[in-house]
Amino acid sequence: MRAEARSGLLLAGPYAAFLLVFNVYTMLFAVALVFMDWDLVTPPRFAGVENVRLLAVDDRFWRAIGNTLFFLAMHLPVQIVVALALALALDRPLALRSFWRAAFFLPVVISGAVVTILWGAVYATDVGLLNTMLHRVGIAPVPWLTHPDVALPALAAMFTWRNVGFYVVIYLAGLQYVPRSCYEAISLEGATPWQRFRYVTLPSLKPQTILVVTLSTINAFQIFIEPYVMTGGGPLRRTLTVVLYMYRQAFSYQKMGYAATIGLALAVIIFIVLAVQRRLIGKAEES
Amino acid sequence: MRRALLYALLAMAAATFIYPFLWMAATTFKPATEVGTLSLIPDHPTFENYRVMWSRARVGRALLNSLLVATVNTTAVLVFGSITAYALARLSFPGRGLLLGASLAALLVPGQLTLIPTYALMVQLGWVDTYAALIVPYLFNVTGILILRQFFLQVPRSLIDAARLDGMGELRIIFTVFWPLAGPPLAMVGLFVFMGSWNEVLWPLLVIREEGLMTLPQLLTVFRMGGAAGPGGLAVQLAAAMVLVVPVVVAYLFLQRWFIESMTGTGLKG
Repeated sequence: MRAEARSGLLLAGPYAAFLLVFNVYTMLFAVALVFMDWDLVTPPRFAGVENVRLLAVDDRFWRAIGNTLFFLAMHLPVQIVVALALALALDRPLALRSFWRAAFFLPVVISGAVVTILWGAVYATDVGLLNTMLHRVGIAPVPWLTHPDVALPALAAMFTWRNVGFYVVIYLAGLQYVPRSCYEAISLEGATPWQRFRYVTLPSLKPQTILVVTLSTINAFQIFIEPYVMTGGGPLRRTLTVVLYMYRQAFSYQKMGYAATIGLALAVIIFIVLAVQRRLIGKAEES
Repeated sequence: MRRALLYALLAMAAATFIYPFLWMAATTFKPATEVGTLSLIPDHPTFENYRVMWSRARVGRALLNSLLVATVNTTAVLVFGSITAYALARLSFPGRGLLLGASLAALLVPGQLTLIPTYALMVQLGWVDTYAALIVPYLFNVTGILILRQFFLQVPRSLIDAARLDGMGELRIIFTVFWPLAGPPLAMVGLFVFMGSWNEVLWPLLVIREEGLMTLPQLLTVFRMGGAAGPGGLAVQLAAAMVLVVPVVVAYLFLQRWFIESMTGTGLKG
C-alpha cells in the first residue's frame, strides 16, 4: 500500500507540476497582471484598478464584443439549420453515405492558416472565385472583405462553411438515439412530416443543440486568425475581435497588464453568454 | 424522383465543401493570366508558382519544424499521458482526487485567459525563439489524460495482478499490458493532438520570430501578411498553402473515419 502511494505520486508528480505551472501559476499571474502595468522590459509597475477602469470605457473592446455577438446572431441560426438539414439528409439509407459525411467534414481538418488563404482567394474582389462566379451570371463584383457592412457577414459565412461538418457529425450521432417508437406513435396519429420533426426529432436533439450552441459560442469569442489575416479587423473595426484586440495590445503596444485584463474579461463574458443561452434554451423548451 | 432530388442536393452541398479545394489546387498550376478563371484544368500548366514560393519562403525548413514539433508533442502526450492516466486510474495516492478535480477545472478555463501570462512566462524563461516554447507547454494534454484514464479504468484488475505477480514494475505494466489493449483511445488522442499541433497558428505567432524556427501554418500566415508572394501573388500563396494541406488531405482520404471520431469524440477542434 505504501509502495502504491509512492509510485502513484512518482508517476503523477510531473503532471501535477505541469498543471501547477501552466494552469495554476498562469491563472494567478493573469489576475495579478490585471493590476499591473508591464511592457516585459522594465519591471512591472502596480497600477491599481487602472486597467479595469480603462477597459470599462474602451470603445474598441466593446466594439469587439458587439462584433462577436452580431457574428453569433448571424452564424448560430444558419449553422444549426444547415447542420440539421445535412444530418437529416444523411440519416437514411443512402449510396455513398460515408463519402458525403467525409466531404462535409473536410474543412474541419484543415488549418485556419490555409482556410484564411483559401477564402482570401474566394473573396478577392478582382480575381476571386465568388466574384468570378457572379460575373458569369451578370452580377457586379462585391467587395466582400472591404465593405463595412459585408465583411463580418462574409466571415460568418466562411465560419459556417468551415465548421458545419463537425456539427453534422454531432447531430448524426444524436439522431441514432431518437426512439423509433416515438416516430411510429406520432405517425399513427396522422402527423405530417413537419410535425414529426417538430415534436419528436427536434426535442430529442436538444443535447446536441446545446453542444452546438456552446462550442460555436466559445469558438466565436476566440476568433483571431481570420480577421488578423483577412481584414486586419477592418473596415471601420467591423471585424475587430476580442482576441485580435488582445493580441495587438500585447504585441503592438507591449501592454501586458491591459492584454491580461482583456483576457480575463473575455473569460467572464463567455461564461455570462453561455449562462444566458442555457436559460433561453430552457425557456424555449417550456413554451 | 424525390431520391434524385435528395442526391442532387447532397452533391451540391458536397461540391460546396470540395470544389474550393480543387480550385485551389488547380490555381497553383495556372499562369498569372488564368488565375481568375473557374476551370479546374489549367490551359497552360506551370510550376512557376511553386518555384516562386520555394525561393521566397523557407517552406522546406518550416515543414520540417512542423513535423518535428507535432511528432514530439504527440509522442509526449501519449507516453506521459499514459503514465499519468494509469496513476489516476489504477493507483491510490494522496492528492489523486484533487488532481482529477484540477484537471476537470482546467478544461473549463478558456485558453485566452492564460495566453498572455504563458507568453510572459516564456519570455522570463528565455524560451522565445526556441523549440522549447513550442513543445514544453504541450507536453501534457488534459483531455487526452482524461480519455486514457477512462479507458484504463476498464482494464480488468486481474491483468494487473497477474503482471505484478510476474514481477513487472508499473511502467512495464503500462507499456506492455495496457498499451496493446489501448489502440483505439491512443489513436484517437494521438490524432487530435497531432492535428492540433500541425494546424496551430496563434501560439507560434507569439513565441517565434525567427524564420528558421517557424512552423508551416505560421510561415504561411507571415508569408501572406508580409506580401512576400509579390503582386498578384494569389496563386503563390495558394501554392504555399498546398504544402500544408496536401499531407492532411491524403491522410484524411485513408483515415477519414478516424479523423471524424477523433475530432468529434474529444469535443475539441484544431
